Amino acid sequence: MDRRDFLRISGLGAGALLLPAYGRVVAADVLVTKMDPATKKRLADIALNAAKSSGASYCDVRIGRYLRQFVITREDKVQNVVNTESSGIGVRVIANGTWGFAATSDMSSDAVAKAVKQAISIAKANSRLQSEPVQLAPTKGVGEVSWATPIKKNSMEVPIKDKVDLLLDVNAAAMKNGANFIRSILFLVNEQKYFASSDGSYIDQDIHRIWAPTQVTAVDQKSGKFRTRDGLSAPRGMGYEYLDAKPEHRIALPGGAVVYSDSYDMKEDAIAAAKQAKEKLTAPSVKPGKFDLVLDPSHLWLTIHESVGHPTELDRVLGYEANYAGTSFATLDKWKSKNFKYGSDKVTIFADKTQPTTLGAVGYDDEGIKTQRWDLIKDGVLVNYQVIRDQAHILGLDHSQGCCYADSWSSVQFQRMANVSLAPGKEALKPDDMIKNVENGIYIIGDGSFSIDQQRYNAQFGGQLFYEIKNGKVTQMLEDVAYQIRTPEFWNSCVGVCDDKDYRFGGSFFDGKGQPGQVSAVSHGSSTARFNGANVINTARSLG
Amino acid sequence: MSIMTEQEAKSILDKVCKLSKADECTAQLTGSVDGNVRYALNSVSTSGIVNNTDLAVQVAFGKRVGTATINEFDDASLEKVVRRAEELARLAPENPEFVPAIDKQAYKASDTFVEKTAAITPEYRATVAADCIEPCKKDKLVAAGFFTDSARFTAIANTKGNFGYQKSTNVDFTCTVRTDDGRGSGWVARNLGDVSKFDAKSDIKMAMQKAKGSADAKALEPGKYTVIMEPAASAGLISFMMFGFDARQSDEGRSFLSKKGGGNKIGEKVFDERVNIYADPWDAQSAVVPWDDDGLPRERTPIVTKGVVDYLQYSRYWAQKQSKKAIGQPGNLIMAGGDKSTQDLVKATKKGVLVTRTWYIRLVDPQTVLLTGLTRDGTFYIENGEIKYPIKNFRFNESPAIMLNNIEELGKPVRVADDESPFIMMIPPMKIRDFTFTSLSDAV
Repeated sequence: MDRRDFLRISGLGAGALLLPAYGRVVAADVLVTKMDPATKKRLADIALNAAKSSGASYCDVRIGRYLRQFVITREDKVQNVVNTESSGIGVRVIANGTWGFAATSDMSSDAVAKAVKQAISIAKANSRLQSEPVQLAPTKGVGEVSWATPIKKNSMEVPIKDKVDLLLDVNAAAMKNGANFIRSILFLVNEQKYFASSDGSYIDQDIHRIWAPTQVTAVDQKSGKFRTRDGLSAPRGMGYEYLDAKPEHRIALPGGAVVYSDSYDMKEDAIAAAKQAKEKLTAPSVKPGKFDLVLDPSHLWLTIHESVGHPTELDRVLGYEANYAGTSFATLDKWKSKNFKYGSDKVTIFADKTQPTTLGAVGYDDEGIKTQRWDLIKDGVLVNYQVIRDQAHILGLDHSQGCCYADSWSSVQFQRMANVSLAPGKEALKPDDMIKNVENGIYIIGDGSFSIDQQRYNAQFGGQLFYEIKNGKVTQMLEDVAYQIRTPEFWNSCVGVCDDKDYRFGGSFFDGKGQPGQVSAVSHGSSTARFNGANVINTARSLG
Repeated sequence: MSIMTEQEAKSILDKVCKLSKADECTAQLTGSVDGNVRYALNSVSTSGIVNNTDLAVQVAFGKRVGTATINEFDDASLEKVVRRAEELARLAPENPEFVPAIDKQAYKASDTFVEKTAAITPEYRATVAADCIEPCKKDKLVAAGFFTDSARFTAIANTKGNFGYQKSTNVDFTCTVRTDDGRGSGWVARNLGDVSKFDAKSDIKMAMQKAKGSADAKALEPGKYTVIMEPAASAGLISFMMFGFDARQSDEGRSFLSKKGGGNKIGEKVFDERVNIYADPWDAQSAVVPWDDDGLPRERTPIVTKGVVDYLQYSRYWAQKQSKKAIGQPGNLIMAGGDKSTQDLVKATKKGVLVTRTWYIRLVDPQTVLLTGLTRDGTFYIENGEIKYPIKNFRFNESPAIMLNNIEELGKPVRVADDESPFIMMIPPMKIRDFTFTSLSDAV
């Protein structure tokens, strides 16, 4: 995740001018406007024709307009309201069998033609180092089509005042309930993306996302101790309706914590966060050892992301990410064997870029491929990876799986993680059923600290709320908990997954990969699941 | 138009300031040309060039602030952007933490621009890739690397007469070399302002040597070890720790530099007395633009001296509230050391672990700035001053605040950058005792 950029923009005291990562700052009314598809098609055709006449064997053009709005508050203050727009054109070509890419924010015909020339000269300069020419899985052009996130309320159309009033009300409620500090943010995204390629596709897409993170801090000045509790919302591919707080989306968990599914009660969660942050100050510190873990979807999404989502990206498996994000333990020989037990029989994990309301949901990827769903792990066995057009032939596939993405018009598109989710269990099981047979365990809710090695074997995860489970009952809050896993052992220790009634999404706006680094937004669904015999460490230290 | 001259930039900024009818106006004009080449599996995978120029205008009526930006610079566009900022300011609520624009400053230029770096071509980038790929191919090794270069300018001005303009360049190179059977992995990194000091052919040798030398790694029990951290290995931990050097968070009781009972730890000894960290925009090896994002002049700023905390970062608002002087926020981080190289530190070590690089560092507990992460791309066991054998990677759970109290020896600082750090850093190789490894990783 690109923590640096997010910290920069959301950090305490950030100034309005400090926004290079997200583009230009604009007025709110600009956020509800759109660029005419006919203008985009005209610009795209200039690039496609220039590429063809210069000898490129393939060309795609992405005309992007990326709109973001941040409303940042702390306690009783609005720290910042920022609207940004970033627009421009990225051109990718194949010349001499090699990729070349160039991008420009200048949307004049001359600048577009110049970018094409630059992309071709880069491809030619690098072709001497190409061991074999780029091989694209065939695809038919789809003509002129469009797709839009099925939102109910466009967040960009909601007046700033309503957003500010909501956040300040949330903050006041937290402060009234014992918080010493609270930061609450609305982060709204609209990607207006136009893709055209020499295969004959002209695809116009309008994509919306929303995120409402909060962090409450409780301080005991006397002891010098402080604890935080982050909000339990999930970023989603939805409009402002995510904040409607519908009662049917409120879920009371065993032990009393409350989580949310398809809409979020920000105020109720902030009140709970204030009380729980205070409770954390005095909660007993965990005694390290082996525990059975019951993991709520608000936590498990991140474990899925790191230990299944990333290792099944084919570019990592092959070595294309070796210098940065790393490679993968899920090597091709394991896949070819058709019997590599990634997890227990309870574990089926699938990739899906079509699930409505998810961060990864789009109609077409950034290579113009229609999005799909497919299994990665079936009944515990590794069965597939995530591929794009220039990788499909390596698996003997005749098509791309449609997971190509670029985070900006100025970034080159490459393989990015689809939504990767744990399939719900087939038996009718609720979170209570996961807990009732646990003798000595920990129930973890919300995501916390996360770290995993470059081949995705050894990972460590924290959380927001930890509850001791003794003899089938949730007993008390614990603190200083983190668990360490070795990926295949962890997934093979899965002994139960709740049914689809408990299926919920978590996700991230900031999955980082590539050089130069790019972020992508991705969701992960799961139901509550139980894992036996995990290694839990105590993270408390003394600075003397 | 990406890299404007000082005259071109000043002419635009002067027009913007004259156009403004607000109580005050601040404008920032930036432009960049970024080129890169990326390769993997001994072949170039992607390569590109991105041009971008932006003008940001911030105006204030009393405590009401509005900001707007544009990337067109004709007179009509300049008028449009100023009026839009003014309109936004009139609609904005009062910002209780508003601080007026800075007064006219005298910036002392720093040496951040090298023409040769700005003139890098696609052919040069391809040659860097070739210089890594070809020797690896010959030695049955597999190279994956990234070379990126940037040329930028930044210009600021306000209606109080302030103006600054400076150009800068940077190159950053990393390369991972793996044995073709995937059992060994080595890494090298270089960060420079001047590309003429860069030699991929020479740098790649270290990564190749580590890749070959790290195959057949043995497993050591996790626990506390004496470690030799190469500069890149500890840079991420130290940079992470700097998030705790915020004055407001410390005063509010939520930093490892908060004092029990209230206040912060400025003036207190928090680290070993050999720890000296400072910022200096004019440092010959790690120069940065001599003003920060607010336009405040950067100064040579002691941050930690002989283990005592000298400095916390005060925003202009928090400085005013606490009656402190706000100074420019550091752009570089220089940790002083000695004269020894990493190899010299290894020679003087009876038993220990050499760490080439650390990876996926995340904050576990802000109370103690406890971090977790892993070693990567070359971890070796040292015995009697020699590298004895490669060892499997470890996960660590360690606080830099503890690590910098367990110093055995510091070597000669080297310029390093880190993907997740805002700083250019000068970091010495370090010999640290009792570094906490909590589990083994099978990753190569």
